[in-house]
Amino acid sequence: MALTLEQVRHVATLARLSLTPEEEQRYATQLSAVLDAVAQLQSLDVSQVEPTSHATLASSLLREDVMRPSLPPEKALANAPASVGTCFSVPKILE
Amino acid sequence: MPLSDFQPVIGLEVHAQLLTHSKIFCGCSTAFGAEPNHHTCPVCLGLPGVLPVLNQRVVEFAVRTGLALECTVKGTSVWSRKNYFYPDLPKGYQITQYDQPICEWGRLVIDTPAGEKVVRVRRIHMEEDAGKSVHDATASAGQSLVDLNRAGVPLLEIVSEPDLRDSDEAVEYLKSLRDVLMYLGVNDGNLEEGSFRCDANVSVMPKGSTVYGQRCELKNLNSFRFLKQAIEYEVARQVDVLESGGKVLQETRLWDVNKGVTRSMRSKEEAHDYRYFPEPDLPPLHVADALIEETRGALPELPRAKRQRFMSQYGLPAYDAKLLTAERPLADFFEACAPHAPDAKKLSNWFLGELSRLLKEEGTTVSSVRFTPTQLGELLGAVEQGTVSINAAKDVLGEMFRTGAAPANIIASKGLAQVSDVGAVEAVVDEVLAKSASEVEKYRAGKKNLYGFFVGQVMKAMKGKGNPTLVNELLKKKLGD
Amino acid sequence: MSQPLTDLTMLELAAALAAGKVSSVEATRASLARIAQVDPKVRAFLRVDEEGALRAAEASDARRRASGPASPLEGVPLGLKDIFLTEGLETTCGSRILQGFVPPYDATVVRLLREAGLPLLGKLNMDEFAMGSSNESSAYFPTHNPWDLSRTPGGSSGGSAAAVAAREVFGALGTDTGGSIRQPAAHTNTVGLKPTYGRVSRFGVIAFASSLDQVGPMTRTVADAAALLQVIARHDPRDSTSAPLETPDYLADLEGGVHGLKLGVPREYFTDGMDPEVEASVRAALKEYERLGATLVDVSLPHTSHALATYYLLAPAEASSNLARYDGVRYGLRARDVRGLQELYGQTRGQGFGAEVKRRIMLGTYALSAGYYDAYYLRAQKVRTLIREDFTRAFQQVDAILSPTSPVPAFRLGEKVDDPLSMYLTDILTLPCNLAGLPGLSVPCGFTKAGLPVGLQVLGRPFDEAGVLRIGRAFEREHDFFRRTPPCP
Ligand SMILES: [Mg+2]
Ligand SMILES: [Zn+2]
Repeated sequence: MALTLEQVRHVATLARLSLTPEEEQRYATQLSAVLDAVAQLQSLDVSQVEPTSHATLASSLLREDVMRPSLPPEKALANAPASVGTCFSVPKILE
Repeated sequence: MPLSDFQPVIGLEVHAQLLTHSKIFCGCSTAFGAEPNHHTCPVCLGLPGVLPVLNQRVVEFAVRTGLALECTVKGTSVWSRKNYFYPDLPKGYQITQYDQPICEWGRLVIDTPAGEKVVRVRRIHMEEDAGKSVHDATASAGQSLVDLNRAGVPLLEIVSEPDLRDSDEAVEYLKSLRDVLMYLGVNDGNLEEGSFRCDANVSVMPKGSTVYGQRCELKNLNSFRFLKQAIEYEVARQVDVLESGGKVLQETRLWDVNKGVTRSMRSKEEAHDYRYFPEPDLPPLHVADALIEETRGALPELPRAKRQRFMSQYGLPAYDAKLLTAERPLADFFEACAPHAPDAKKLSNWFLGELSRLLKEEGTTVSSVRFTPTQLGELLGAVEQGTVSINAAKDVLGEMFRTGAAPANIIASKGLAQVSDVGAVEAVVDEVLAKSASEVEKYRAGKKNLYGFFVGQVMKAMKGKGNPTLVNELLKKKLGD
Repeated sequence: MSQPLTDLTMLELAAALAAGKVSSVEATRASLARIAQVDPKVRAFLRVDEEGALRAAEASDARRRASGPASPLEGVPLGLKDIFLTEGLETTCGSRILQGFVPPYDATVVRLLREAGLPLLGKLNMDEFAMGSSNESSAYFPTHNPWDLSRTPGGSSGGSAAAVAAREVFGALGTDTGGSIRQPAAHTNTVGLKPTYGRVSRFGVIAFASSLDQVGPMTRTVADAAALLQVIARHDPRDSTSAPLETPDYLADLEGGVHGLKLGVPREYFTDGMDPEVEASVRAALKEYERLGATLVDVSLPHTSHALATYYLLAPAEASSNLARYDGVRYGLRARDVRGLQELYGQTRGQGFGAEVKRRIMLGTYALSAGYYDAYYLRAQKVRTLIREDFTRAFQQVDAILSPTSPVPAFRLGEKVDDPLSMYLTDILTLPCNLAGLPGLSVPCGFTKAGLPVGLQVLGRPFDEAGVLRIGRAFEREHDFFRRTPPCP
């Protein structure tokens, strides 16, 4: 199945990836090829099959409602590209 | 068609912060009001490599709430990721429940002018809260600041069916739901601080129609008054749109407190596609039947049941019962006092009158009251027996409220006891009548409205402490009535 | 010593340390010297932590003197794939977007290694965010295969495999989402074990595809892998998918052999595209198992041909969500000179991620998006069930399953970079195991005429790492390919 450039741009917007025009072209081609390759799954009858979303034995092991120490704020912010006081700073959020 | 020919259709989505000590997936504190980012750790900061581990109390609270709202509690529910980008959402997704929530199909009964109404609860699910963006003086222009203290605080989302038909019903539903959650001890009901939040889905259709119109989602409704105003504004707006031949657009609209209008949040409208999928880091949640049954057995009496019992058991009017049972601590305290009070209705009067006034004045709750139920009973008994006047008793209650001292001691030390000794009162009455010979004459001649004058004189002479019943009795006798 | 210290296996070194013949500081210095000597050509390391490693080695020697060893592997220096968070030591996951990121906490497995007294030599190169099969998607540089420097060591744990093969480290930890431990192990004549999903904690391991990722040992011998697994296999209350099981003693029955075992040979795993020399090596290994008393059983895993498609929908879908947190707000790269928030996101992610990562984010986002979820993501989850059931049925007949690890030997650098599909095909024999959550081992089983290593894959029942290791060890005891030293520098 061939992805249009428009679809590629829509997906890139959803994923918050700024792509160059060349990248858009390349991904349109490559993703179309991958989608062609995965199209084989459509041939299987899975109407009676439950999906697998977890491969784990574990089930709902819960933690007690106990407070643990938080990070010191200077550590929480140590890797921040921009901060003001003990807040992370970002370009203005327009609601 | 005029406004009155349209039927509003309203459903509410409530987000209630759960009263846990720690966050839903990490051990950070949920306490409100800390300095920005002081309650954060790798997990709630969404650092690389972190994994969520579910707080069991969140599950207990969800089950408790589900049972109280008569939901089916699911033995298995599933966590999902809701994917979107926002600076207050550290991982780029919210862990929530989507197609398999923990509770489904419950109901909440509310009062309307037309009588009781059942509002269906479609679902209740658990999820994590986001952080918040701060726009204060420290932020320069073109900048927003992000505080993640709230990120990961546990929420219950409670979604009603669109069963509400006007703003009053919506307010009544929201108040009743808040009362229930507070009764259950799962939420503090604080709309201003945002620990109890409500979005409203509002549409209109021609009266008699069964086909719902296009709905809008209203946000920023952080008081009951705003909920009412916003719905009313929005209903009128939608009717206007339809009347002028337009179409209501499905959109999110923000209640503008200052202007009293709802307005479109256009930036939120850009194609939302949350790409929900099962959260691979959390296995499906299994809730044991035993926990469900244990929780059911331990459910407290809910506001509505309690109100009905207050009416039947204490013979209280509906109005009193509703006010007394709105908050569980007040109701509990009432019930603690009732056995000690001579009369439940009089006790209720004290609760809804003087005690409520004191609580409001002091900005406090009944839990911080210093006096005991027995002491309140003693005070009411003293009023009943005439040991203290009602006015004096109000002063005594104030003192008890502040100091916790015994009423008898306060009455004694402040000299508030009434004089109920017949001889002593009689002496004063005789003295007053002797001094007022001309008034007595006029009274006897028929000027009966002078009676108040004699009472006043006696009370004045007794500095207000004369037992009013006795004073009346003796005056009337002496005046020959 | 006639044999260089760095040629010792982990258990040999552990024995020498225990006997007092060598100190951890000496072993660590030997590794550091070897790194200095060969790594300029191999390029396995993104970061060498000389100071940290020596400090840990000194502490280890002191502990051994004062109170005895903290674990049987006390003092044995290791390397870590750069996917594991190390407190205070930069961790990039092979990506530009995490350049300069210094974690404030240790991954659970890193903590367990430190507690067991193993000095950590530094962070090893990898495909960016573990997405790749050649180490060429690393944002920094490709790693070279010590057996042929013009070839890739495989991926995504290629740096770990190359460092083990080139004797720069005594062992390493890798991660395996679709074969990222086993395929590079096969390409470098080393041993790689992907444990059962849930056996080893993922806490502090940078996520690629959460329902598939698993941490495992990369070593020169099966016994070393068993010993290293012993340290890291532990239920972790910080990982909700961690299995609440006791850890067995993996060395106890390691020499138990294969006599009487039924070993399955899946016909679907010997495919047309397979390199004849790889097939010949593996067939010879199968004969060897028969000679050792095992019975070979022809088994069928009928949905194998759908595994690749399933994997290339599920893994990118999970990845697209896992990688959303790299947004330039709290850590990592932030694009400069952007106007507004959306541009900050788009540019940061556009500049910070490499081509393969962006490709997979795009694919995964598409597979989850409105209108396509059912046809792609949900359907792939259902086929995943069919693939799991294939294995469940096969394991009713046999004790383990044998196959080549990779259908081809190590390929040349640059050979498949522009052809993602052909690159993805190299994982075709390893990724069904991840979809089913099973343990899988790659053991050296020979060389091609050109001198390129070939790996044998052993797949086992859930949580039967002990069985898988025993089967691998039975072959290794007969054929000590691990003694061969790569020709590199
Ligand atoms: Mg919600
Ligand atoms: Zn936290």
